[in-house]
Amino acid sequence: MNAIVEQHLRSATISVLVENESGVLARVIGLFSGRGYNIDSLTVAPVEDDRRKSRITIVTSGTDLVIEQIKAQLDRLVPVYRVSDLSREGPHLARELALIKVIGAGDKRLEALRLADAFRARVIDATTESFVFELTGATDKLDAFLDLMRPLGLAEVSRTGVAAIARGTRTI
Amino acid sequence: MNAVNTTATSGAETLLRALKAQGVEVIFGYPGGAVLPIYDALFQQNAIRHILVRHEQAAVHAAEGYARSTGKVGVVLVTSGPGATNAVTGLVDALMDSIPIVCLTGQVPTHLIGNDAFQEADTTGITRQATKHNYLVKRSEDLARIVHEAFLVARTGRPGPVLVDLPKDILINPALYTEPATGGHRSYRPRTEPDPARIAEAVRMIKAAKRPVFYTGGGIINAGPQAAELLIEFAQLTGAPVTSTLMGLGAFPASNPAFLGMLGMHGTYEANLAMHGCDVMVNLGARFDDRVTGRLNAFAPGSKKIQVDIDPSNINKNIVVDVPIVGDAALALRALIDAWKRDTARQDRSALADWWRRIEVWRAKDSLKFTQSFKKGATIKPQHAIKRLWEMTREREAFITTEVGQHQMWAAQHYRFDKPNRWMTSGGLGTMGYGLPAAMGVQIAHPDALVIDIAGEASILMNIQEMGTLAQYRLPVKIFILNNEYMGMVRQWQELLHGGRYSESYSAALPDFVKLAESFHAVGLRASTIDELDGVIAAMIASDRPVIADIHVDPKENCFPMIPSGAAHNEMILGPEHESEAAGITDEGLVLV
Repeated sequence: MNAIVEQHLRSATISVLVENESGVLARVIGLFSGRGYNIDSLTVAPVEDDRRKSRITIVTSGTDLVIEQIKAQLDRLVPVYRVSDLSREGPHLARELALIKVIGAGDKRLEALRLADAFRARVIDATTESFVFELTGATDKLDAFLDLMRPLGLAEVSRTGVAAIARGTRTI
Repeated sequence: MNAVNTTATSGAETLLRALKAQGVEVIFGYPGGAVLPIYDALFQQNAIRHILVRHEQAAVHAAEGYARSTGKVGVVLVTSGPGATNAVTGLVDALMDSIPIVCLTGQVPTHLIGNDAFQEADTTGITRQATKHNYLVKRSEDLARIVHEAFLVARTGRPGPVLVDLPKDILINPALYTEPATGGHRSYRPRTEPDPARIAEAVRMIKAAKRPVFYTGGGIINAGPQAAELLIEFAQLTGAPVTSTLMGLGAFPASNPAFLGMLGMHGTYEANLAMHGCDVMVNLGARFDDRVTGRLNAFAPGSKKIQVDIDPSNINKNIVVDVPIVGDAALALRALIDAWKRDTARQDRSALADWWRRIEVWRAKDSLKFTQSFKKGATIKPQHAIKRLWEMTREREAFITTEVGQHQMWAAQHYRFDKPNRWMTSGGLGTMGYGLPAAMGVQIAHPDALVIDIAGEASILMNIQEMGTLAQYRLPVKIFILNNEYMGMVRQWQELLHGGRYSESYSAALPDFVKLAESFHAVGLRASTIDELDGVIAAMIASDRPVIADIHVDPKENCFPMIPSGAAHNEMILGPEHESEAAGITDEGLVLV
């Protein structure tokens, strides 16, 4: 086998454990933009008590070879402790949170509330003309809910991006 | 309380103490407002020598030359703002060619950062993608640790440039010195030991090969002189032919019969056809650069590939390999040799002999052939100038640097290197203006050696101000200009690819290089015809002063063989000395550089 063979794109959820130092996020983002990789979603926050380590979760897409490259490129950054392709290294959980503002009255308002209930979205703010729903779940669940809200007065969305972790006893 | 702990020295003094602890003997730099405290501290000590360059880009290239010729880390010191931005080209150059550099940049005081202060630039932001790693020192207590860490990161793993940005208040305020940490870095732990299972697999593959080839690169040089010795041993054990990238020249002796010359765009016929026809390729410390591979889907079709690289991101980046071995080239070669000796399988020596017979047929083509007329007044061929330079300096074990372009490729083809660390060139970035400052750095490290910058008349003007540095420090660097009055490689591409429309590639209004040399207190020589060439080379190498030798060469000469962009190894264009058997240049190739 020779040069890069055309392959199907796949989505990958990559967790990166990094030293919590200034510029580390810029390094990761600069790597993606400089080498032309996609970022579908990116989250970051400190994950240890002493705040010395942060965890970055990146949802990206590419061929298997590109995703291997992304992992290798991330791994060679000096402040990176560990890189894990959760979507390839066994079952994992991925969740994101969305705050969704729906503005409307009458039947549409009632329908929005009913659907929110079915999706187990919480109402965290309400006026006579609006709701703010809080919904946590996999990305496709959030997408499905937003599709339903669109004709019902969807006005604004704030999403966190994906946080992910392996199932079972496996750790990064 | 203990007096030692309470009397912290200034940040600048602590910095110098850390540099000394890291074995630094020389700094290449240029002063300015933000680094004045460091210059004040330098003034009051004698352990570290400072070389004042004339432009910050040259400081980095000089440090690269120093590093490449010694195996040590090169150190650069420049001021904030323009000092740092001028250094960026050098940093990217070192990044692309894996040269260990620590670059210290001044910065405005911490309380002014972000305020668009005088000579402020976001240096860590600008150089994030230009360095292997960079640091902004925000707290005095971190200073010594960061400096030690910068050296560790620069020299280990795949070497590269590391930048430390130093705000002026950090340099003035007291900063406690701390010793280098033991036990390694918290997150950065490059792998150097190869996986024994992969080594065994590689040995089995090479033993079973009928048409093996070794393709070696700058990684062998970076792994130290012992790697070059092990390479010779392993090549001899296996009986395989060896070709090298531009960056790897000298790792395997050019005089060894197993050496096929350089491969790639301007590589030899035998090297490129051996790559194309091999059944097992052993890549040692090279990265399948586009200048080497040509068209990816026609690269060494049907071959199995083994790749040794210290950087896992170099594996399967451009070319998918069958046996990846992550590790230091010297350790991998040691392991390969040991495993080879343990393995009881027999090699197919008769297949290998057949392979060598084919290679000898290719070699007999003499693809670097050129014709030099020796009639009085005949024009000098640039290849002949390099050949004579090599013949007249080979006993001196000269150090050669180059600029970028045709002269660089002719130097790579016709100057024959038998030892590592003698060849300094800008491979990855292709930086015109690299050669003169790099030669300065080499000469500082090797004061008694013969150091020659093989240059073109266009490239040399990109850092010509460094003639002042040569004069100040009495550095007897020889600048050997192949003057064809063109940006030769640009002109060659315009001739071959753009219908002979020589857009902006003529070197108009050139200086008189002899007078230029003299005005910088150097010796100026000129050879315009073949009968003057040897005399000028002899006078140049006999001089104990810096010399510019302006060698007027045939302006129409092109650099062959050439694999056009987008073509395969077996579609190479040979020179006018050979019958045309070139493939045309594809439209796809036109958009490649």
